[in-house]
Amino acid sequence: MSILGNRVLRKEDPKFLTVGGTYVDDIRLAGAVHVVYVRSTFAHARILSIDTEEARKAPGVVAVYTAADVDLGPRPPEMPMFNQAMTRSLLADDTVRFVGECVAAVVADTRARAVDAAELVQVDYDPLPAVVDVETALRDETLLFPAAGTNLAMDMSFGTDEHFMDGCEVVVRHQFLNHRVAPCPLEVRAASAEWSPEGRLTQYSSTQAPHGVKSGLAGALTLDEAQVRVLAPDVGGGFGAKMGTYPEELLVAWMARKLGRPVRWVETRSESMVGLGHGRGQLQEVEIGGSRDGRILAYRLNVIQDGGAYPAIGAVLPFMTRTMLSGVYDIPKVEFNSRSVVTNTTPTVAYRGAGRPEATAAIERVVDMFAAEIGMDPAEVRRRNLIQKDAFPFTTPTGTVYDIGDYGRALDLALETADYQSLRAEQKQRRESGATKQLGIGVSVYVEITNGMPSSEFGAVEVRPDGTVVVRTGTSPHGQGHVTAWAMLVSEQLGIPIESIEVIHGDTDVVPRGVGTFGSRSLQAGGVAVNQAATQVVERARQLAADLLEANPDDVILDKVGQRFHVQGTPTAGRSWKELAAEAESQGGLTAEVDFTAPGPTFPFGAHLVVAEVDTETGLVEIKRIVAVDDAGKILNPMLAEGQVHGGLAQGVAQALLEEVRYDEDGNPVTANLADYAFVTAAELPSFERIAMETPTPVNELGAKGIGESGTIGSTPAVHNAVCDALVHLGVRHVPMPTSPQRVWRAINEANGKASA
Amino acid sequence: MIPAAFDYVRVDSVDGAVAALTEHGEDAKLLAGGHSLLPLMKLRLAFPSVLIDIGRIEGLSYVRRDGEQLAIGALTRHCDVNGSDALAEHAPLLAYVAGKVGDPQVRHRGTIGGSIAHADPASDLPAAVLALGGELVVTGPSGQRVIPATDFFTGFLETAMSPDEMLTEIRVPTATAGHSYQKFVRRAQDWAMVGVAVARYNGTTGVSLVNMGPTPLRAAAVEAALASGASAAEAAEVADQDSEPTGDANASPEFRRHLAKVLTRRALEEAGL
Amino acid sequence: MKVSIEVNGKTEEHDVEARTLLVFFLRETLGLTGTNIGCDTTNCGACTVIMNGESVKSCTVLAAQADGQKVLTIEGLGKSQDDMHPMQEAFRQNHALQCGYCTPGMVMAAVSLVHDNPNLTEAEVREGLEGNLCRCTGYHNIVKAVLAAAGSGGGDL
Repeated sequence: MSILGNRVLRKEDPKFLTVGGTYVDDIRLAGAVHVVYVRSTFAHARILSIDTEEARKAPGVVAVYTAADVDLGPRPPEMPMFNQAMTRSLLADDTVRFVGECVAAVVADTRARAVDAAELVQVDYDPLPAVVDVETALRDETLLFPAAGTNLAMDMSFGTDEHFMDGCEVVVRHQFLNHRVAPCPLEVRAASAEWSPEGRLTQYSSTQAPHGVKSGLAGALTLDEAQVRVLAPDVGGGFGAKMGTYPEELLVAWMARKLGRPVRWVETRSESMVGLGHGRGQLQEVEIGGSRDGRILAYRLNVIQDGGAYPAIGAVLPFMTRTMLSGVYDIPKVEFNSRSVVTNTTPTVAYRGAGRPEATAAIERVVDMFAAEIGMDPAEVRRRNLIQKDAFPFTTPTGTVYDIGDYGRALDLALETADYQSLRAEQKQRRESGATKQLGIGVSVYVEITNGMPSSEFGAVEVRPDGTVVVRTGTSPHGQGHVTAWAMLVSEQLGIPIESIEVIHGDTDVVPRGVGTFGSRSLQAGGVAVNQAATQVVERARQLAADLLEANPDDVILDKVGQRFHVQGTPTAGRSWKELAAEAESQGGLTAEVDFTAPGPTFPFGAHLVVAEVDTETGLVEIKRIVAVDDAGKILNPMLAEGQVHGGLAQGVAQALLEEVRYDEDGNPVTANLADYAFVTAAELPSFERIAMETPTPVNELGAKGIGESGTIGSTPAVHNAVCDALVHLGVRHVPMPTSPQRVWRAINEANGKASA
Repeated sequence: MIPAAFDYVRVDSVDGAVAALTEHGEDAKLLAGGHSLLPLMKLRLAFPSVLIDIGRIEGLSYVRRDGEQLAIGALTRHCDVNGSDALAEHAPLLAYVAGKVGDPQVRHRGTIGGSIAHADPASDLPAAVLALGGELVVTGPSGQRVIPATDFFTGFLETAMSPDEMLTEIRVPTATAGHSYQKFVRRAQDWAMVGVAVARYNGTTGVSLVNMGPTPLRAAAVEAALASGASAAEAAEVADQDSEPTGDANASPEFRRHLAKVLTRRALEEAGL
Repeated sequence: MKVSIEVNGKTEEHDVEARTLLVFFLRETLGLTGTNIGCDTTNCGACTVIMNGESVKSCTVLAAQADGQKVLTIEGLGKSQDDMHPMQEAFRQNHALQCGYCTPGMVMAAVSLVHDNPNLTEAEVREGLEGNLCRCTGYHNIVKAVLAAAGSGGGDL
């Protein structure tokens, strides 16, 4: 009986449900002091002076630091392709470039006293013009980095052909803003640092990639990596934003060394809304051309990516957008150009989908507009252009090679489940009766890339003499359930039940190397590594048993139920796992370590259909149904996979309908706490109708693709299309995201020829 | 997240509260459920030097019917206003609106008195009491006085109470001829982008607006139109008259004006007009 | 100032600053770190505990206000990991948690919700949890868990 493919309940849960997880700020360090950062209240300004005298004298204060005190140099931009003059001081030196940038650090014996003292730090700012939107940034009138000579952080232009749309009977052109959102993990950022007398650093970090934090700390503090230990305890969500090392975290380690005392830091949510990186932020010029019978012949996307004040991962994500440019369609000609600029806003980072939602949102929205232009059903237009299931592996015009897919079937399943014809009939009836609440049906068919740039991942399995198993993984789960999933994989190979299998992650002393958890890479990288380590342990055990039993290894079989090896046909001649592990102790143990690099990425796909009801008087949108067909290859634990899809759907719907990060024209954030930022709640969502497809990938031995981001990628355009579809009969061409009541109202008025403010 | 330090005083009677207010002056704030005040203090937008905890005063949580009037103690929590059989029967608008404030946890702590005294024009209950033509009973050093709701809200977060007075009772007429509360939100837990409360009683119709100005507003033009025979749709057209809606991330003033009209029409229709 | 609060059945008497929020009293004074802090505007509900039988957001209650009251946190809800409260069990059975950060608050809010209304509809569950944010699950399984628990002691206190 295979355990794989079953809805195995999580081993993680009893602890979380009874005493709660152990997150960074739950961990007390004896003698610790607390740091609170003073943050810029200007989007762009010179710092004329920082007066820390009052703060230093405040009760309980141990130290106050500004840039002048910090002997760590400014960090160059994360990627070599960025303009290298765009460096970042850990504490702002003479210039602040976004509201929320750290300007000073106040350390006190209690957090409350650090907060009190932080209020006493007086910063004298000389405001500079704030560059808040990407088009202004491109004009290079106000430069964020005079030494860079430009606000352009990265140019990824491939050229443009003025005859690109020649031969297209129909051309549809539009500008979309794939707007900024805030990742909002429920646990904000936190880090604590403690140095041993011998100069070894132990850092607790709320991170998705502890080994990356280790390298980052070692590099910044000029240490040998062996002098650094990073522990990611339980982590309350990351969604891509908790990768790398933020300045606050580096400074915590630096301060702990300087003070000779452990330092603890946790931000408030308001700080996190400006200090944790933001997602998305692409201004898109989209153009699609084709024939009146629904064939798409040419597709062009020009992007200006908002990198925020200091270019980070977000600024390079257009590369992923280009990778998935043509989506599920077989389009003969594509064109893509992007420029990434800096603006006086929070830096952008990876956020669930990281460059791929932007690609899907653009093409899926414009395909609907194309359908409207030629008067064809949007599902039908898609069907006429989908890559056929026998065309794989399929190389797209941007050189991406899709492994395997059946997009037509996904679309069929979504339409069937939703009873598409009945929905269209109801829509027609409401249109004819002029109902106040109109129905919109939005479809999206998507394909996305997971494990996009395959890196090695570490997996180790050891059977102990007591018959239990220790698995060590370089992945760093923060909700994904790897403890259960990897235990399932190992149990499948060894026969030892999952209750006896311990999975260790997040401790760089125990797990010697690793890359972490992001980009939906874990199962196809880390899971395969663990699986291979398990099979290697089985082979070692088989060999050892054969030696002990004086048999040919080919004649020795593993009785998984009995948890023992024996000679085929002679069950009495055998050795149990316990016995073999005990025997192997003197030879280094019954263990195997694997570093696995996948040969290439995988491409999960699916189709989402959303039914939305739009109140044409108030603009309010209610989501009535969400149908999601997703295929991520062979599913290890359907319960875990569904959970990932659900979470992704919620975030995708949220971007289309509710959530947006906004700045005023002076660069002040307007949505910088959870009262003002419309974080989606249970009351705005229906239950999801999820249909699983399983088309195993040939890329790895588990047949598995990633699933973590699919829900987000497919659902945003499905919601967006649904809202626009509800209004298209009124002459509304497009409603920008998020489709707030005001935006819907304005779109209707515009279509009616009424001016509205 | 961490409020500035303050001195804490606990009182167990209205007289004690009034005495404490008199003693500590303008730097003191009353603390009931704390769900208007503490959030401001945690962001350090408010930093009173003294908090006077009135949460334990006995005898201020009640719903009583006095003839054609209902009296609600100022410390009655939103969940209890919402769950009151007497209010459900005799002034259902108030019971209903109390169930729309915040979320369940907030309703377990927040009080009707706290909400009204805080006087946020975006709050639900001040508008409901206004639509009902209610009265606020206020107690100070020189005793009790009764302030009509129409005179109570004097400015943004300002009321007609003196710094040494405390709101002790809310009175509303029995109003069972029809009611509605249209709270326009993007998310259930949000403050109203715009809200309209309608209550019909004593042959008249009270209409009030949420978040259409610095205070909760009586839609006087609507009421006048109805009184002179206009239909719900006609009367709703003047819903935004004399209002001063602001613009914010959710809505421009023009959109608010539009919503006020649509929601007023719907509220009047739901109330049976 | 001194406060005396009964937490999970045990009377806890401690000296605190007047400004100490109940959530900090629980987490730092008592070391009960199961209750989490997810925001600073009373929106997220991660700090939800049950006080005198009703859900409250402990970040918006002063320890001084909780003086003399009874508080139940996630640590006091079930008996042990093998003997959980029906709501905890339903969360596990229905995969209603991923990173776990919102979970203690969500469970306590759900228990109080079901306690007040054992015959909830799905819509009532969704609205009843409007004050509890989750980023991982999309709420689907949480709603399932609450409905499942409603019929089997999920609101027991």
